[in-house]
Amino acid sequence: MRGLRAVGAVAAGLALFLVTGCGEEGSRSNGPDALDPKADITKQSLTVSIWDGYSPEDLPARVKDDLGVPVKIAHHATNEEIMAKLTAGGAGGDSDSGIDVAFVSGQYAQALNEAGLLEPIHADLIPNLKNLYPEAQKLAYDKGNTFSVPYTWGTTGICYRTDLVKQPPTSWNDLLNPPPALKKKVTMMTTERWLALPALKALGHSVNTTSDQELDAARTLLLKAKKNLLAYDDTTFGDRLTKGESAMAEAWDGWCPTSDPKIEFTVPKEGSDLWVDTMVVLKSSKNKEAAHALINYILDPEIHSWAAENILYKVPNKAAMEQLDPKVLEANAPLRMTPAELLKGESIVDVGEAATKYTRLSTEVAAGS
Amino acid sequence: MKRWPLTGPRLMKRWPLTGPGLTYLTVLMVVPLGLVLSYAFLRRGRFGGVVYQPTIENLTRLADPLYADVVLHSTWTAALTTFLALLFGYPTAYVIAGLPRRRQTIALIAVVLPFWTSFLIRVYAWIVLLSGPGWLNKALRAVGLGPVDVLYTDAAVVTGLLYAYLPLMILPLYASLVRLDPQVREAAANLGAGPWTTFRTVTLPLTLPGVLTGCLFVFVPSFGNFVVPELLGGGRSVMVGNLIRDQFLKARDWPFGSALALALLAVLMVLLLAQAWAARRYATR
Repeated sequence: MRGLRAVGAVAAGLALFLVTGCGEEGSRSNGPDALDPKADITKQSLTVSIWDGYSPEDLPARVKDDLGVPVKIAHHATNEEIMAKLTAGGAGGDSDSGIDVAFVSGQYAQALNEAGLLEPIHADLIPNLKNLYPEAQKLAYDKGNTFSVPYTWGTTGICYRTDLVKQPPTSWNDLLNPPPALKKKVTMMTTERWLALPALKALGHSVNTTSDQELDAARTLLLKAKKNLLAYDDTTFGDRLTKGESAMAEAWDGWCPTSDPKIEFTVPKEGSDLWVDTMVVLKSSKNKEAAHALINYILDPEIHSWAAENILYKVPNKAAMEQLDPKVLEANAPLRMTPAELLKGESIVDVGEAATKYTRLSTEVAAGS
Repeated sequence: MKRWPLTGPRLMKRWPLTGPGLTYLTVLMVVPLGLVLSYAFLRRGRFGGVVYQPTIENLTRLADPLYADVVLHSTWTAALTTFLALLFGYPTAYVIAGLPRRRQTIALIAVVLPFWTSFLIRVYAWIVLLSGPGWLNKALRAVGLGPVDVLYTDAAVVTGLLYAYLPLMILPLYASLVRLDPQVREAAANLGAGPWTTFRTVTLPLTLPGVLTGCLFVFVPSFGNFVVPELLGGGRSVMVGNLIRDQFLKARDWPFGSALALALLAVLMVLLLAQAWAARRYATR
């Protein structure tokens, strides 16, 4: 039994080692040496949780063919949903959700790591990390990518119809206080942090502020802006622009339908955010070597460029971006933003208990008139 | 009403019949409700879920004017919807109940026909109808009026809710109208009552249980609806349903979401009890 446990522990990681008391080598720290680079990953299998449509349809088949690892894909609709799944057993790090690799936004990866749920990234098992831009090592929620690997990144700005908007927007105030002709032709996002973003940036505050005074000022501005809004919309603002139902929208870069020649995307002069969607390995995973192999596989330029070409999100992978179809780049201006430009954006980080302030703010704005 | 014997041979005989249904109900209704009840008294976990520390904070938060306003707004929206449903539903049910038998069936099928397609699709259809360049404004322009901005207003929300739940008003009204003995109305007419007096003093009081049931059927789902305010209201107004949904899907505040759900349940229970009490009082009069 004890022998069996020791074998299992190689895969189960150090946490299990300490719990079961296999302490022949004394107490070890959470280091990369807990994984066995020579482990036979074809004996492992992976469950990956990701947003629907966020990875190539045939990824599991290709991983099975190329790495010999069976992959099961689970879908989550929102960060909140996967967070609930991963923390269901209590935020102690002992819960086993059955998920090996999860795709979550940077600030959520940060929160998961603080809850002790993430396996440190073993860089030696992911040689393809060298494909990433140097800038991708400097992300505020996880400097040096110690517990997460960036998958896509981008920013938030104003997406607009060049034929309906006379003066191209340059400031968040153009969105918050549009000219009379654009009254009821503007949409904004409703997800808490992005609801507050235009107002916070217009006022010159941080998107991660927890100051009541700054949030109060943002609320006043947002309530004033609400009078000119058509709707709050996180998901269909692109369609509305294409149909001409709206003329201007707060939008994530990848969601702005810039392939339509009448639609442009701009980052206001006050600055914006830098959002990153990341890949993380769960501490509870019993297939950590395979999990790292999968991340390495995704960082291959062939695979990683899929996201840029198909969902039009920038990927932090230099090699992948360099081999993009020039036609796609030509048609979609947001894809041409450089990492340096992106890094001017402020990283959205987890604000801990202060998150309730943002919840209250968004309820107040939604319920207010 | 006699109580069921809970023990003895009769229960043994009933168990095979009631067992599956009761088990289903217990597992799928009582257990989740118990969870909601207990979560309402626990603390919010930072990453979602709950922390097992008892508190009544979630319930005291309900008194916050911010949330009280949302409840008030929902009550007003649901009440207006119910009133309009009664206004439109009663004459419809009255006419249907007066039709020959075969026609009645056809009319009733027409009333429930919309239920055969997905609710969501029908709400999206309303977006197409009401939107700025949509059919409503095309029709208004044809008669020299408009355009009007209805979509993403409270009026659009009430329109959507009314459309969704009008059949639930018509059906119970029809049921009580069709049971009404035509001779009662004939007698009223013979005694010299005009049509309006007959309706006011005979038909309406006799169909009051149907009116109450219909109102309840419309008010309850309207009150907790979150799809219509989101899609037809453009997220510009919040109803209790949206607030509860957001606590779970956006705010990671399950305990407060549970407390809100509990409050909603309590309000609706009071209404149901009031309706049951009124109906019973009426029946024994």
